[in-house]
Amino acid sequence: MTTHITHHEDAHQAHHGHSDGHDAGHGSMKSYMTGFILSVILTAVPFWLVMGDVFSSKAVTVALIMVFAAIQIVVHMVYFLHMNSRSEGGWTLLALIFTFVILVIALSGSLWVMHHLNINMMPVSPDMMRNAP
Amino acid sequence: MSSTPLDTKGEPVFYLQEDHHPENSTLLGFWIYLMSDCLIFAMLFATYAVLGRSYAAGPAPADLFDLTLVAINTAMLLFSSITYGFAMLAMEKNNKKATLGWLAITGIFGLAFLFLELYEFHHLILEGAGPDRSAFLSSFFTLVGTHGLHVTFGCIWLVTLMVQVSLHGLIPENRRRLMCLSMFWHFLDVVWIGVFSLVYLIGVVG
Repeated sequence: MTTHITHHEDAHQAHHGHSDGHDAGHGSMKSYMTGFILSVILTAVPFWLVMGDVFSSKAVTVALIMVFAAIQIVVHMVYFLHMNSRSEGGWTLLALIFTFVILVIALSGSLWVMHHLNINMMPVSPDMMRNAP
Repeated sequence: MSSTPLDTKGEPVFYLQEDHHPENSTLLGFWIYLMSDCLIFAMLFATYAVLGRSYAAGPAPADLFDLTLVAINTAMLLFSSITYGFAMLAMEKNNKKATLGWLAITGIFGLAFLFLELYEFHHLILEGAGPDRSAFLSSFFTLVGTHGLHVTFGCIWLVTLMVQVSLHGLIPENRRRLMCLSMFWHFLDVVWIGVFSLVYLIGVVG
């Protein structure tokens, strides 16, 4: 019987210890400051790219802005929202992935469908009228 | 040992190998709410992406947006995120005074953000670039306005929690509420990353 109790307490201790570790995972001074400094850099660079007219090519600037935004979103998720595969037994990550899939479908789908509509149903401008065969 | 599993001869067997946090189910639920909120913003972003270039012979983003103002606005929200982080760290240390102090600073940054955004909206409407001017401006005001509305409710929530904490202290209920608001606040900052990148910066680039 005594062995049972000790085992049970050990398990409880282990669980409790893990719980504390879990709470510590909710953020430390170091992780918040890392996230903050990374965010400042990842915000400042795209603003500088646009306001300083660094690249003459629009496509390069737009692509870089989107890359920096994507990285910064991940930084916020990890350092501020403490996203990891362990929290809530992985359910938060699963919900996030599901949301991301729907988000990609909705965004790309909207753009794709509306782009086709624009091509196929573009209203006729005076210029097109003149050039029409 | 009534709680001992059926197999009483050997060591107790724990069938649930993964850890469970029933006390944290509010946080999981709130996270799922945030994900649904994320879908609302995704739809508004999709709308903006489709309509954002329909100017109806009106002003384009490059004519309207003042990037310096947007940069200051972004800084306000970023500072409010880190100060909320400090409030959470103070909460972990059971320091009620510091928690309240950091929450107040967070609220001030949040209000500064709202003030600048309302100033920008007011300026745009006075210039004749209100939400009724073109499809681009309708979708712009809807997207940025919805985000601003979220920040407004976040500020109201923040003040409510400051009153709660000052009345009842850092009790478990208040800790849970502060955790939820923390997620909400950081989530709004994540949405703002999308707004300033896709709407303002890419809009001005053209």
